[in-house]
Parts: sequence; C-alpha cells; structure tokens
Amino acid sequence: MTAITSNTQDEVIILRPSRGWGSLNLGDLWKYRELIYFLTWRDIKVRYKQTLLGAAWAILQPVLSMIVFTIFFGGLLNVSSEGQPYAVFSYAALLPWGVFSKALTDAGRSLVINRNMITKVYFPRLVVPISSVLGGVVDFLIAFVVLLGLMVYFEVTPTAAIWTLPFFLILALITALGVGLWLSALNVIYRDIGYVLPFLTQFWFYITPVVYSSSEIPENWRLVYALNPMVGVVEGFRWALLGKQAAPGPMVAVSAVIAVVVLISGMFYFRRMERSFADMV
Amino acid sequence: MSDLAIRVENLGKEYRIGVSQERYRTLRDSLARIARDPLGSIRGTLGNNSTIWALKDVSFEVKRGQVLGVIGRNGAGKSTLLKVLSRVTEPTEGYAEIRGRVGSLLEVGTGFHPELTGRENIYLNGAILGMKRDEIDRKFDEIVAFSEVEKFIDTPVKRYSSGMYLRLAFAVAAHLEPEILVVDEVLAVGDAEFQRKCLGKMSDVAQEGRTVLFVSHNMSAILRLTEEAILLEKGQLVLRDATSKAVDYYMSAGFSQVGERIWHADEVPAQSAPFRPIALRVCNDNQRVVDTVRSTEPVTISVDYSLEGAITGLRIGIYLLTMQGEFVFTSFDTDDPEQYARYGVRPAGHYTSRCTIPADLLNEGRYLLGLNASAFRVKRYFHDEHSLAFNVDGAGAPGMQWPEPRLGPVRPRLEWSIEEVNR
Repeated sequence: MTAITSNTQDEVIILRPSRGWGSLNLGDLWKYRELIYFLTWRDIKVRYKQTLLGAAWAILQPVLSMIVFTIFFGGLLNVSSEGQPYAVFSYAALLPWGVFSKALTDAGRSLVINRNMITKVYFPRLVVPISSVLGGVVDFLIAFVVLLGLMVYFEVTPTAAIWTLPFFLILALITALGVGLWLSALNVIYRDIGYVLPFLTQFWFYITPVVYSSSEIPENWRLVYALNPMVGVVEGFRWALLGKQAAPGPMVAVSAVIAVVVLISGMFYFRRMERSFADMV
Repeated sequence: MSDLAIRVENLGKEYRIGVSQERYRTLRDSLARIARDPLGSIRGTLGNNSTIWALKDVSFEVKRGQVLGVIGRNGAGKSTLLKVLSRVTEPTEGYAEIRGRVGSLLEVGTGFHPELTGRENIYLNGAILGMKRDEIDRKFDEIVAFSEVEKFIDTPVKRYSSGMYLRLAFAVAAHLEPEILVVDEVLAVGDAEFQRKCLGKMSDVAQEGRTVLFVSHNMSAILRLTEEAILLEKGQLVLRDATSKAVDYYMSAGFSQVGERIWHADEVPAQSAPFRPIALRVCNDNQRVVDTVRSTEPVTISVDYSLEGAITGLRIGIYLLTMQGEFVFTSFDTDDPEQYARYGVRPAGHYTSRCTIPADLLNEGRYLLGLNASAFRVKRYFHDEHSLAFNVDGAGAPGMQWPEPRLGPVRPRLEWSIEEVNR
C-alpha cells in the first residue's frame, strides 16, 4: 500500500476562487487533446449521419453558390475577376469563406449546445470551441477536390506558392476561433449572440472579397481593408492558387496580426469568463 | 500529510438568487444597467442583488482510501460541494486541495449522442470522463459485458430502451479508474436489478482502496458503502461521524418538528413558483397533529400550500418512505379521474389537500413523508422526499402477541381462514 502511494506521481489540484485575469493554462489543454479529437469526430460523424446526401453537402453548398455567383456577378453584372474564369475565381474564395463562416457559427454556439457536459464534468472549456472549429476542416478538404477539378477544366495551373495554402487555412481557422471564443463566452451570458451570428456572418461576407476582387478597393485603403483578417485569407488563397498578381504580402501581414490579436484576447477573455460558465449556461 | 486525499477549508459557494429562473441575462437589460451605473458595470458588479450561500464555511478532510458519505436534505449543498470538488464550478471563498486524479460522476451518460452507436458513445463518453483512448480500448470488452448490450453495440443509442441506455452509460462510468471518485445520486436511476448491480460495482470500487465521496438519498446505500459520513444542512457541515450515527442523527434529530413540517419562504426554491408549500402535517384520528400515530387508527395527512398563479393539471402528492429510504407508496390528490377533471386548472389561492391512510396498514416503526407538486410531463414544481418523519406505534396491530419485529413496511390486517382439509 505504502509502496503504491509513494510510486504514484501525486497530482495536487488546488481549488480556490480566482480573481482577475487568469493564465491560459495551455498545459491542461494539451492533456485533454484526445477529447478535442473525440468531440471533433463526434461533430463530423453526427453531421452526416442522418442526412440524405451525407458528405455531398460539403460540395453542394460552395458549388451552388459558385454557380449563382458566376451567373449573376460574373455574367450579368460583369464583376472583374482579375482575368480568371469567374467560376474558379469565386470558388477559390468560397472555400476559405465556407470553412470560416461554419467554424465561426459553430464555435459561437458551442458552449450553449454542450451545456449539459459543461455543468456535469470538468475539462478545459477551450476544448469545446476548438473542436467546433476543427469540425469544418473535413468539409473543406472535400470541397477542395472540386476546386482541383475546376482548375483542370478551366486549365488554370496552380502557382508554385500552392504550398502556402495550409498557412492561409490556419489563418482562417485562427480568426474563426478568436472571434468564436469571444462570441461563445458572451453567448453564455447574453443569448442575443444567437441572433447576432447569422447577421454577423452575412455582414462579414460582404466586407470580404469573395464575389468581387480586392483590386476594386482604392490602393491606399487596402491596408485598412485588410484589418478584416478574411481579406488576407482570401487574397492568400487566390494568390497561391491562381497567381497572376503580386504577392499580397502587406495585406496578409496586417490580417495575420489582427487574427493573432483576436485569438489571444479571445482566449484570455474566455478563460476569465470560464469560471462562471457552469453557473450561468 | 500525504495520506490525505482531500482537504477542504472554509469552502463557500455563493449563487445569485433567481439565476436559475432567469437563466440568462439579455443584452438589453445589461445595457440598461450599464447606462444607470457605468462604474459598477465595468467592475463587473452588474446588479448586485440578493445572493444565497449554497455552501458556507465547510471544512473537512478525507484520507486516502476512505469512502465518505455525504448526506443532507435537498438544497443542503451536497451537489454544490461535489461540483466544486470536481472542478465544474469555482468556489466563491475558501480553499480545497485534492491529491490525485479525480473522476466525477455527477450524472451518467454525459455527452451521449443519440445518433451515435453504443460503441461510438463508449469512446466519446470515456473521453469526456477523462479516460485515455488506449485505456478505453483496453476496457472496451469489459464495459460492453457489464452493460449487457453486446448485440446492439453497433446500433445508434436512440434505438435503445431507457434501461439499455442507462446500463451502457453506467458501464462506462463504472470503469473509470481515478484515484478519487466523486459520485452524486447516479444510483437512483434504473430498475431494482440494475441498481443492485451498480451498488455491487460501487462497493467493489470502495474495496479497491479508492478514495470515494458518495452522495445519496438512499440511506441503505450510504450505510452499506460508507463507514463515515458528513451531514450538510443549509450549506453548512453540521456533523461528521460514523455513518450509522450520522444517518441516525439525520433521520431523527434532523426532523425534530413534531408531526409537522413548516416551510419558510427562504427554504422554497425559486423555481417552485407559482407553487409554494406552507405545511405538511400528520394527524391522528382526533385530528391532532402528532409525532406518533397508532397502526390501528386512520392517519390524516394534510398539505397546506398557496398558488401565486393558476396551474393547469397540478397534482399534489405525498411519498411515504421507510427510514432506509425505500418507497412504500406514492399518492396524488387528483388520482381519481373525476377529481382530476374537476381541478383541471387550479386558480391562485390558498389550499389544503388532505388524505387518509387507512387503519391497519403500516407496520410499527419510523417513516418519512415527502411532498411533490407537479403537472404530469409539464413541470415538477416542488419535490422533497424527506419533509417529515413520524412514528407508527404497533399496539393492537395484528400479531402483537408475538414480541418480534415483523419484516416489511406494511402490516395489513388480513382475513385469514383456516380449514382442515380431509381427504
């Protein structure tokens, strides 16, 4: 008995009221990485389990949007597409936009949806919004296959910078997580967030160059425009996939800085609010 | 020092009253408050209204390998204590130190998803409870065997019967191997057979030298599984003693009111509104409130309550339980369909619901009366299984010529006939 106890690495947990801003406690998050995996896996599995078309939805949504945009914006309104086929031009932006808007909406609602777990079991609460964000990546990968098909069809050769795509994908996820952390924590206290989310994503869609090109924005306003991190993401995607223009370096840099600021502030705010989640949700 | 598993010092948890009822604030309210009191809002003291201490100044220690029972009435702070110790919620004041991996079972089947199969839910639920994936792999067969749902393990759990669902959920939880296990009323679910199995598993766990904190309303489970218990009353620790003594104290001294239980306004949870219990009384044949009734006389139980608003489909019920916490019967004032139709909607007002337990029914001994006010499948307004205790005196009851205890909670006077059968 004593031999056993002396061999056990004693893990001592101190519980006391916390005041002010806490630490992020990322070590604890790392310990629960498997839970992130399982919750992500659950979200993906459940999403396609009872749908008739299953994973086809991941393709249908961006493809149908692309067709509508191509007819109306590319065809009727004749929006400039930087000399690319409009279908490829808009689809290349719809991919990161789709993963972003889904991640943002899911993360924003995640705490309220999982309230029954939060009030019964301890785990780092950051696990919940993080796995909601990751759940959309599979959809992205499925929809990406269609993009490759489109590029072959329209004979668009990807640039050598295609290896930078994961970076832009991560930038989109970081932005979604950062904003999602703020919104999910606020949603616990103010259920208004549930009504704000659809409006917010729609609004955000218009200030992101998905259906139009950012070259429509006056030159000296571009960096201000890039304060919206999704501008950097979409520009990055178009540059890495379609090329034909200078690297959007400064815009991406501005976007990345904002995304990281939003993420870190979101994490701290989330951690601060976390202690009252179980009592309020 | 290192042989302590849990040390709790002056632990307190404060809740804002009405939080459970309002559930959440709306942005509009907060904006209005910020406008009225900008400084206060920034400091985060939005509307510092009345609060309640669900736990206050609780201090105790649990040795490694000890199994400690936690008893107390509804609202005494038992669940809050477990929530704080399992890190679901933070204490408002005080300090607790926990040495070892904690597994908490405040509910079985947390995170179960109806669309997922039994197999998938075992992994998901295991991960939520803090098991590692290889640990679940290792115990998977054992879990499935314990749950007895082998045939349906690849069926979505939404097709499970409620019994199968519970068995699977408990099976996962039962195979958690933390150094410290914190268990709330999870055994109070399922059928008798299943409860027996769970109880068996719990006592195995207790014998393996694990530290266990065990909350239950089932006194026989507490007596069987724990040797020492703490008693909570209104958020405070009032007693720590050998389980048999603590249970005794809780069952008798805790219910010292003579044949009568009066509810003060602060004892009634906010979510009971518009129902408010006032008093529950035990009266003898002469309509006097008494602590002891005779088995041979009818007993009148009366419930005084007020309704602050009309309730549709309200039923007021009593529970009768033995001191071991086992139910003898449940009865509602609108059990009679005619009565139910007549009181379809009960308008606001002050009421008394009264019933009579017939003579020659109860065995001698001590019983618990509980109160329930609910609308079937709509809402349970109020529920308290331990409102009041009273004695039944056996004088004159059938079979008293033999001075031996009779088994069973009832002692009906049955018509016996004895015939000699000639071949």
